[in-house]
Amino acid sequence: MIGLLKRDLALAFRAGGGFGLSLAFFLIFAALVPFGIGPETGRLAEIAAGILWLGALLACLLSLDRIFQLDWEDGTLDLLATSPLPLEGVAALKAAAHWITTGLPLVVAAPALGLLLNLPAPAYPWLIASLLLGTPALSAIGTFGAALTVGVKRGGLLLSLLVLPLYVPTLILGALAATRGAQGLDAWAPLLLGAGITLACIALLPFAAAAALRVNLR
Amino acid sequence: MPKVRAMSSFWEYANPRRFMATSAALLPWIAGVAALCLSVGLIWGFFFTPNDFRQGSTVKIIYIHVPAAIMAINAWLMMLVASLIWVIRRHHVSALAAKAAAPVGMVFTLIALFTGAVWGQPMWGTWWEWDPRLTSFLILFLFYLGYMALWEAIENPDQAADLTSVLCLVGSVFAILSRYALLFWNQGLHQGTTVSTVGIGVEAQEGVADVFAYPLLVSLTGFGFLFLALVLYRTRTEIRARRVKALIAQERMA
Repeated sequence: MIGLLKRDLALAFRAGGGFGLSLAFFLIFAALVPFGIGPETGRLAEIAAGILWLGALLACLLSLDRIFQLDWEDGTLDLLATSPLPLEGVAALKAAAHWITTGLPLVVAAPALGLLLNLPAPAYPWLIASLLLGTPALSAIGTFGAALTVGVKRGGLLLSLLVLPLYVPTLILGALAATRGAQGLDAWAPLLLGAGITLACIALLPFAAAAALRVNLR
Repeated sequence: MPKVRAMSSFWEYANPRRFMATSAALLPWIAGVAALCLSVGLIWGFFFTPNDFRQGSTVKIIYIHVPAAIMAINAWLMMLVASLIWVIRRHHVSALAAKAAAPVGMVFTLIALFTGAVWGQPMWGTWWEWDPRLTSFLILFLFYLGYMALWEAIENPDQAADLTSVLCLVGSVFAILSRYALLFWNQGLHQGTTVSTVGIGVEAQEGVADVFAYPLLVSLTGFGFLFLALVLYRTRTEIRARRVKALIAQERMA
């Protein structure tokens, strides 16, 4: 199991793409926002938390089709399916690898971008906490979506249509926690609810993803 | 001892032939009831109810808005049940019924959103408001779109049925999650549910007054039967399309 995780991470690091790319996308997204909204710091401060959450979500989405697509094309997925490792475990590991290569860097980069967008100081711990607790759900849901569309040629658009509505609860609660934190309000309730959704996603969605993979590999 | 045949079980309709025979007999009746209820309910509602003392004649949009919204949710519920039946018992008719229900449910969602906008404009002074109820209908609409897109994208029908069923199950959970997350996010403008307070003798202050309630109930029944008729009709079409495909495949083999 650890071997698979290591392999995925090594591939992501060495093949380029995955790791740096979504981070760069996140940076560009945050840099483009002031061009669209206007440079007034007051207005930027108000929306910074929500923008960062949206950026994280889109950066996550971009790298989703890489989760299974390459393994599907070169037949690795068939080998994984016949290996002693249960397919649920494969799905969970793929989600974990995706989170380490995209979710975690986003969490680390978010404070710097918050500075860029003039995020109010009290919001930082809430933003980091909500991203840290929320992005694993994005990876788990995304893995499920990728498993559904792995057999579809050019499934990228379909993938986003399927996955984005599923992101709604995580986005709402995560952005709400960060925004409330920015306003100095109590943000524990949305943060904990978001964490609950994340835990449920991690616990249950690998089973759904494995079911979808089995159908696609049949 | 003669074999006593039990009253026909529900599962017999998993046989496409039984389903086709029974639905052919039932369809005209269901469609007739739908047409009757809809015309009675809507004409009664539009022309023979007084204007509301606050809302004026805009209140009459309730006869389309509320039934469409209720059926939009029930259509998803029906798809969920049909998907479960497909996953557990693998009856093809069930998968096809779920496929057939999706566009109908999507159109009902669209009708509810559209009539809601038309109603909201004079009442709230806005076509759209990011209210939890409105937003959750928008999300429901997106779920319908994704579900239908997945059906379209996959060529093998059994594989498509499997994957859409999984999507429907997961989507249902997330639809409920979104509904409650939205409540957190924004306090609504939309009133609470009124239909459960529809009832004979309920005071006008609490729910919908009797004058409005009777035609609403008739119209609701009409929408229910309309949904049933459309789903049956579309399921029959799907079964026929499946048969045609099988025939063409046979021909090619021969």
